[in-house]
Amino acid sequence: MIDREQVLHVARLSRLALSEAELERMAGELSHVLEHVDRIAELDLDEVEPTTHVVALENVLREDEPRPSWPREQILEPAPDPDEGAFRVPSPQAEA
Amino acid sequence: MSEALELTVAEAARRIAAGELGREEYLRAWQEAAAADSLNAYLWTAEGGDGSQQAEGPLAGVPIAVKDIFTTEGVPTTAGSRILEGYQPPYTSTAVRRLHEAGATLLGKTNMDEFAMGSSNENSAYGPVLNPWDPTRVPGGSSGGSAAAVAGGLAPCAIGTDTGGSIRQPASLCGIVGMKPTYGAISRYGMIAFASSLDQCGPLTRDVTDAALLLAAMEGRDPCDSTSVGIPGGIELPGREDLRGLRFGVPVELAGDGMEAGVRASFEATLEQIEQLGGELDEVPLPHAEHGISAYYVLAPAEASTNLARYDGVRYGLRAEGDDLLEMYERTRAEGFGEEVKRRIMLGTYALSSGYYEAYYGRAQRVRTRIVEDYARAFEAVDFVVTPTSPSVAFELGAKTDDPLAMYLNDFFTVPMPLAGIPAISIPAGLAEPEGGGPRLPVGFQLAAPAFAEAGLLDAAYALEQAIGFDAKPGQER
Amino acid sequence: MSGAELEAVIGLEIHVQLATRTKMFCACELSFGDEPNVHTCPVCLAHPGVLPVPNRRAIEFALQIAAALECEVAQGSIFHRKNYFYPDNPKAYQISQYDSPLATGGRLGEVRIHRVHLEEDAAKMIHVGESGRIHGSGASLVDFNRAGTPLVEIVSEPDLRSAAQVREWAQLLRTTVRQRGVSDVNMDEGSLRCDATVSVRPAGSEELGTKTELKNMNSFRFLERGVGAELERQRELVSAGEPVTQETLHFDPSSGSLTTLRSKEEEHDYRYLPEPDLVPLVPTAEMLKSARASLPELPAARIARYEGELGLAADVAALLASDPRTAAYFEQAIGAGEAEPRVVANWVTGELAAVLREGGGGGGPADSKVAPESLADLIGLVASKRISHGAGKTVLAMIAADGGDPAELVEREGLAQISDDAELGGVVEAAIETNPEAAEQVRLGNQKAVGALVGAVMRETKGRADGGAVTRLIREKLGLA
Ligand SMILES: [Mg+2]
Ligand SMILES: [Zn+2]
Repeated sequence: MIDREQVLHVARLSRLALSEAELERMAGELSHVLEHVDRIAELDLDEVEPTTHVVALENVLREDEPRPSWPREQILEPAPDPDEGAFRVPSPQAEA
Repeated sequence: MSEALELTVAEAARRIAAGELGREEYLRAWQEAAAADSLNAYLWTAEGGDGSQQAEGPLAGVPIAVKDIFTTEGVPTTAGSRILEGYQPPYTSTAVRRLHEAGATLLGKTNMDEFAMGSSNENSAYGPVLNPWDPTRVPGGSSGGSAAAVAGGLAPCAIGTDTGGSIRQPASLCGIVGMKPTYGAISRYGMIAFASSLDQCGPLTRDVTDAALLLAAMEGRDPCDSTSVGIPGGIELPGREDLRGLRFGVPVELAGDGMEAGVRASFEATLEQIEQLGGELDEVPLPHAEHGISAYYVLAPAEASTNLARYDGVRYGLRAEGDDLLEMYERTRAEGFGEEVKRRIMLGTYALSSGYYEAYYGRAQRVRTRIVEDYARAFEAVDFVVTPTSPSVAFELGAKTDDPLAMYLNDFFTVPMPLAGIPAISIPAGLAEPEGGGPRLPVGFQLAAPAFAEAGLLDAAYALEQAIGFDAKPGQER
Repeated sequence: MSGAELEAVIGLEIHVQLATRTKMFCACELSFGDEPNVHTCPVCLAHPGVLPVPNRRAIEFALQIAAALECEVAQGSIFHRKNYFYPDNPKAYQISQYDSPLATGGRLGEVRIHRVHLEEDAAKMIHVGESGRIHGSGASLVDFNRAGTPLVEIVSEPDLRSAAQVREWAQLLRTTVRQRGVSDVNMDEGSLRCDATVSVRPAGSEELGTKTELKNMNSFRFLERGVGAELERQRELVSAGEPVTQETLHFDPSSGSLTTLRSKEEEHDYRYLPEPDLVPLVPTAEMLKSARASLPELPAARIARYEGELGLAADVAALLASDPRTAAYFEQAIGAGEAEPRVVANWVTGELAAVLREGGGGGGPADSKVAPESLADLIGLVASKRISHGAGKTVLAMIAADGGDPAELVEREGLAQISDDAELGGVVEAAIETNPEAAEQVRLGNQKAVGALVGAVMRETKGRADGGAVTRLIREKLGLA
């Protein structure tokens, strides 16, 4: 149903590091769930519109009026690695 | 003071307003009860008096247990996850703010399945919550901490969130009232998102009147939530004594298997009480209800996979170090998320990924349309659709942890309503012996109504609650 | 096949930052060049539990752009989540539009527009060197001030045929958007960003060749150079019988070279899904009407209107209508007073232009210190004979130099016109007495000599006398009336 390679691909898309054991188990569990879910494949849904939302609203908008932004100290407080008023992150690629 | 802890919220609020009950005293008594939590229901409890509380309002002086999925400024908010350990939000959720404005006080933040994903509360990064009726059993989930706190005498009332049954199912398993309002009734602002098109906040209380009281305080349109509407006409306290002229639909498909004998017996007894109160019973077809689980376990994980992508170790929360950005991301999320959350992120990512979108996400959205149509048709014939809330009473800790699908199938009765966006309430209907024997445990009875028909739903639930007269308490059965 | 026979096929994807006051989905103020992270809040930092609420003006601005590009606005459009992990993308999804965009199928000049949609901008990342903490690895600093800025993305059809045309068309687009006042459209500051898709094919062929995507051309010159370099590269490849590979190329302005951006295959799987936190956008008839109404009038149409409706002479109409800001000034001045458009037009192109020329400022009326309302007031004072025409010019020069209110200046400088016979009579008698020759000439029928007497009266009254009344009184005193 969903093989190890696919699980690996999805884990990469999801930015989740999985161990070998987790990969194996995940492949089994996801396959099991998808097997159940696949029952909806039998339904004739060609003429059915998809439902994204159950609220019958449109054009809910906000006026273009500024409100004060948050103090920088406060928003940097929970940052794992604040630096010079900014959020520091490792570079996209490790240098060899 | 222990006597005051027996009061419903409505009665306590009345006495406080009348000066018959000391507000500080009442709060302290509840704080002591919460601090003595032996169920792991709380992740944080308040200490000392609350000087900031509103002097007036329908909930003046009422302490409330809040599921740890609601942001509370300066108070730790984790959503039951390691990835948010120690996180203190810079703002307060609208639902909690409205409760404060009605005079309520924050009693504590309750334990929950991580990011509300679970039906047993065994998926919390901070340990499972125990069922006050039997500490070897689960309280249900994901609002398990809120349900256990109210049922176990650790809080007079609580709020939680319901995406596929996360208020109603634990309320059922803990013998209290739990209500999921219509989608859009209460603002989702500050409610940490699991599945945005399904998530809805609601009360967990000792009785239907208290549920109405909390709902009335929280509902309303919020400019911070584009999808919020409030409840047109508002909410009044229920007072109906009979069910004359009301039609109750039992889904034809309910005849199927999977329900415990004790649950079935309790359900049938409640149906008889409906008739005795003058209500009319009818069968209604809900042909797509059986596909509710499938649609739900595609749509909810798909939305969750994108909602939880923001937990990336950049701006707040846990970060695991890595040599480069990719490694930092992958390690942070691997360490920060628990197994069930990872499973659902994977499932949702897969359902949205290139080549699978139409087969899974697209089809699930179309099944959702069918379910919406099923209910619309049913409500042409009846006023309420009734089912048990859960196919079983509280199960033993660890009983289903090895089989995710079995756990998912347990949500059979509760997932269709969020998919249809309609309100539903679970009230305690009696006690039943679990399969395999043991002391009797609570069984919930669920009523669902058309969108924004909360007032009628609460009225019917109230009349039924009065007739059932459920007064069992945890501990009495053992 | 020689390179000369290969036709260029180029399309542009243009991002325009909208000049709203606040961000697309939160109330943080937009800024440029401020300290990092001073324009953020829980919403644009994607804290747990926050929700987006769209900015009405951003939608209005996007509709104006759609109208200017003659697009068809969708009856309903929805937002999607475009999922990808990167530190500049705080939610790890960008709220954008996907298969249900705001508008489609327009045109600007000879180039067709494929679609116009709304989305939000990313944060800025500044790459810094060694962090010192982890051996051998660099780091970046993230500044979220820009995160959530409203963007309109404009995608053209691949109708452009040369690098020079690309540049010209991009400049036309900039002018078109700038005229609407909905964006600064400044490439240096990043409020206008152009990416290009480039391919070549045998001239006359209908098939499309393999295309490459060019990014980071942050000036019109670089845009032309980048596209030119890529066309040359592709032509050489194809001429040598080698295939063009589909890839994204990064233009390096310093060397003028193009480098391949490495990308992993999964990065292209954006897993779009409808944004469940937002409801559909259904532009109302009113929204569409006001978007169209705000379309600027073309100069030719304006000249015709000034001649036809306002009765201006052709040369005056052309003077006023050719510059949109002068035209706006003129129309504001008309609206602010009771005077005939022709009178106002004469003041704007005559007296005001002269005063500004003499002042040496060099700018037009719209840049001067004379507000259109002040000019209207001044014209009103002259028309009602509260001041003389000459005093009017004096006041105008004063306002042009230092600003001020006409009525107040008239009061302060004592410039109010004297038309009272009793008061003027004495001055006229004195003028006749001190200019006996001129008086005699007038008596003898030399009408031109009246000027000398009037001049004397005007000198005495500092130009405040009513010229008509003075002439009448002179004739009366000399027994000619
Ligand atoms: Mg874009
Ligand atoms: Zn913001």
